Amino acid sequence: MAQRQPADPAQLVLDVRSVSKSFPGVRALRGVDFGVRPGEVHALVGENGAGKSTLIKVVTGVYQVDEGEVRLDGRPVAFGSPLEAQDAGISTIYQEINLIPLMSVARNLFLNREPSRFGVIDSARMKREAYEILRGYGVDVNPSRPLRSLGLGAQQMVAIARAVQIDARVVIMDEPTSSLETREVETLFRVIRRLRDQGIAIVYVSHRLDELYEICDRVTIMRDGETVHVDEMARVDRLQLIALMLGRDLTDVRQHGATAFAADHDVAGEPVVRAHELHRAHQLDKVSVDLRPGEVVGLGGLLGSGRSETARAIAGALPLDGGSVAVGGVPLRRHSTAAAIRAGVVMLPEDRKSDGIIPNLSVRENIVLAALPRISRAGLVDKGKQDEIVEFFFERLRIKASSPAQKVGELSGGNQQKVMLARWLCLNPKALLLDEPTRGIDVGAKAEVQSLIDELAKEGLAVMLISSDLEELIEGSDRIVVLKEGRMVAELTGDAVSQGALMTALAEGDPSPTAGDGAQA
Amino acid sequence: MTTTASTPGDAAAAASPPTESRRERLTGLAQQQGGVAVLVLVVVLASVFSHGFADTGNFQSILVGNAYTSLLALGMTFVIITGGIDLSVGSVFALGGVLAAWGSLHGGLAVGLLLPLAVSGAIGLIQGLLVSRARLAPFIVTLAGLLFARGLLQAISDEGSTTYLVPRDSAFVALGHGALVPIGTAVVLFVLGGVLLTRTRFGQALFALGGSENAAMLMGLPVTRTKTLVYVLSGTLAGLAGALNAARLQSGVTNIGVGYELTAIAAVVIGGTLLTGGAGSVAGTAAGVLLLAVIQNLIGVHLSKYGSSASDLANGVFLALVVLVQTTLARARRLS
Repeated sequence: MAQRQPADPAQLVLDVRSVSKSFPGVRALRGVDFGVRPGEVHALVGENGAGKSTLIKVVTGVYQVDEGEVRLDGRPVAFGSPLEAQDAGISTIYQEINLIPLMSVARNLFLNREPSRFGVIDSARMKREAYEILRGYGVDVNPSRPLRSLGLGAQQMVAIARAVQIDARVVIMDEPTSSLETREVETLFRVIRRLRDQGIAIVYVSHRLDELYEICDRVTIMRDGETVHVDEMARVDRLQLIALMLGRDLTDVRQHGATAFAADHDVAGEPVVRAHELHRAHQLDKVSVDLRPGEVVGLGGLLGSGRSETARAIAGALPLDGGSVAVGGVPLRRHSTAAAIRAGVVMLPEDRKSDGIIPNLSVRENIVLAALPRISRAGLVDKGKQDEIVEFFFERLRIKASSPAQKVGELSGGNQQKVMLARWLCLNPKALLLDEPTRGIDVGAKAEVQSLIDELAKEGLAVMLISSDLEELIEGSDRIVVLKEGRMVAELTGDAVSQGALMTALAEGDPSPTAGDGAQA
Repeated sequence: MTTTASTPGDAAAAASPPTESRRERLTGLAQQQGGVAVLVLVVVLASVFSHGFADTGNFQSILVGNAYTSLLALGMTFVIITGGIDLSVGSVFALGGVLAAWGSLHGGLAVGLLLPLAVSGAIGLIQGLLVSRARLAPFIVTLAGLLFARGLLQAISDEGSTTYLVPRDSAFVALGHGALVPIGTAVVLFVLGGVLLTRTRFGQALFALGGSENAAMLMGLPVTRTKTLVYVLSGTLAGLAGALNAARLQSGVTNIGVGYELTAIAAVVIGGTLLTGGAGSVAGTAAGVLLLAVIQNLIGVHLSKYGSSASDLANGVFLALVVLVQTTLARARRLS
């Protein structure tokens, strides 16, 4: 019964047929097929950049398709706006709750469909109904309270209740559990099952494998803007799921020579950075990592596993509920980026456009920005020193720009990344945290950045590497710490740093120490 | 007026939802109705200490003097709740007055009323479209509107040298006659405004827009239309206020209205409406208008011997104080 394509397309409530969507420079969707039946919970999975979000936005009218068509109940539809999609019965619950925090719970629930008489809203009736409806979702609050006074879980429930209220036949949930407590997840699952039994189709997007196996009936796996697999959820085992998401053949786990990394480094001495039991609600659960001089430590894990959060926590950019970071044996007294930078820990953020470069400033200015306090005397910038530093890194990192005076915004992605590296390197850091350092840069520049990372480690820098590119992670790292749902699930060293071992850890690693959990797999 | 903020006291509500804690209600009330509280306090103190303040004639002159300009603040409330601003209302107010006088001179009551409404509505519509469709900043768009409306006024009044007089026998004069008509008009419009804001979908959309435009869009609200309409509403109210004021003065005064938009913004902010959008009330704005009017009155009585510079100084200091108290209350509420 588990055929790859549904036998009868007429029974699909939502049917996406060979849809393509491009943005300047990117083909986000290439002929994607995606079908959802009434009364099923359908998992939509894929790594970052697989095209899930774009697909959702196409279906909900935020984007319009370039090619292909979307059918609802067998009829082709073309939504011009989220409003049109909603009117047709497609509701979406976004990852970050999209309600109005200052408005009351009841008003959020009924916004734009308030019960009214002669155009005047019947607020008593609205409050009464809101209270009744929300009780069905396990939320027992005064509906007059402003939404922001509720917990995130309750807010999420209001969003779901709202989505379902509008006679939805397809409800799309994008990472609905990312901010929920275990108890709230249970309530959510109860609600989902109830909706499913009412014949509503649910598209469930999540990276938490346990949840997928618990709640989903079928699964569509996307990669690089294409649909790569459609099946019954129970017929895909975890390892297979991961392999399909990451695009690795199960039998071909041994890979070699695809990246510019050299062999492993000689690791010597005491850790320069010791992160001890970093903790933050919903994001990190007692993560401990040591970084030694000359060593590249990879952070493995799927999207949302806490990789970037770990790096940001060590760099002082993520507020913590608990845990400590020590550099050179001295604990950082204040948890801030300034303190981390002073101690010699610097981070290259994932999104260099928004978090890093200043496109309208020159290469020179971008490089010396962080070093300004050091090369200034009495508040005045020492021009000679500045030129010296810039020239050195310009050569050292082989930055390809017409001159140090060129605007950074005009450089290629790879060279922007090198400018960012230079900015931090001129501070003489002890540890370098790299979050997706080669994302979005071309192949040649990628290899250059990779060999730079290698050289820097050889010179005694402690490096932490986050990468969604498995080859890069495996060949670049001397050791890989594998994270899942904010917890460390495995540590791979020596020969164990291999694709097979990493994928097994990603699939099998059990983040909750108490639950037995064998039943689902 | 229109205090629709809390209505759950009835029996139906008592049956089901749990009620807010007492403290929650008190602090919430303090933030929303802080303007009203200060107004009551100032009026009581002034009645006791200031001779001739607590006098029917004085009260009436305060109310009549501010009845029509209060409509600017009413329109401004809607705009600010969406997170926008309308700087054009002072100029549109003056333009409305000149058009009304000209209209009543040439076409009687109907033209005298409809011409300013149509022109000011059109100015609002263009501003609204520029803000919502062309996505320009409201500050710049309405600053342009301020200059444009003032320029139009200069053009039709020969650089301000021609003052059109409303014919004394025109039915139009009745609109500004006595105390009851202006006060009554303002009260009715504020009540209607309160209902519009709290009890209609349009009003809810204004709050949603100011609270989070992105969320409002994703929730399927008509964002563009609502944004456009709010400027039409503000412009039309300003034009109407100008026309009614002209009826009261029986002439289209050309140099009127300069800086009125700022007074309106001050009244709205004092009334507890957040400049960042998403929260506010018509009742608060009414209190804000009255509070500024009472202060103005008191300063006029007690500081007039020092000239208008003294009253401006006192006004500035007072505004800063009120806003300071407001924000402190709002912060205290957020922390609790």
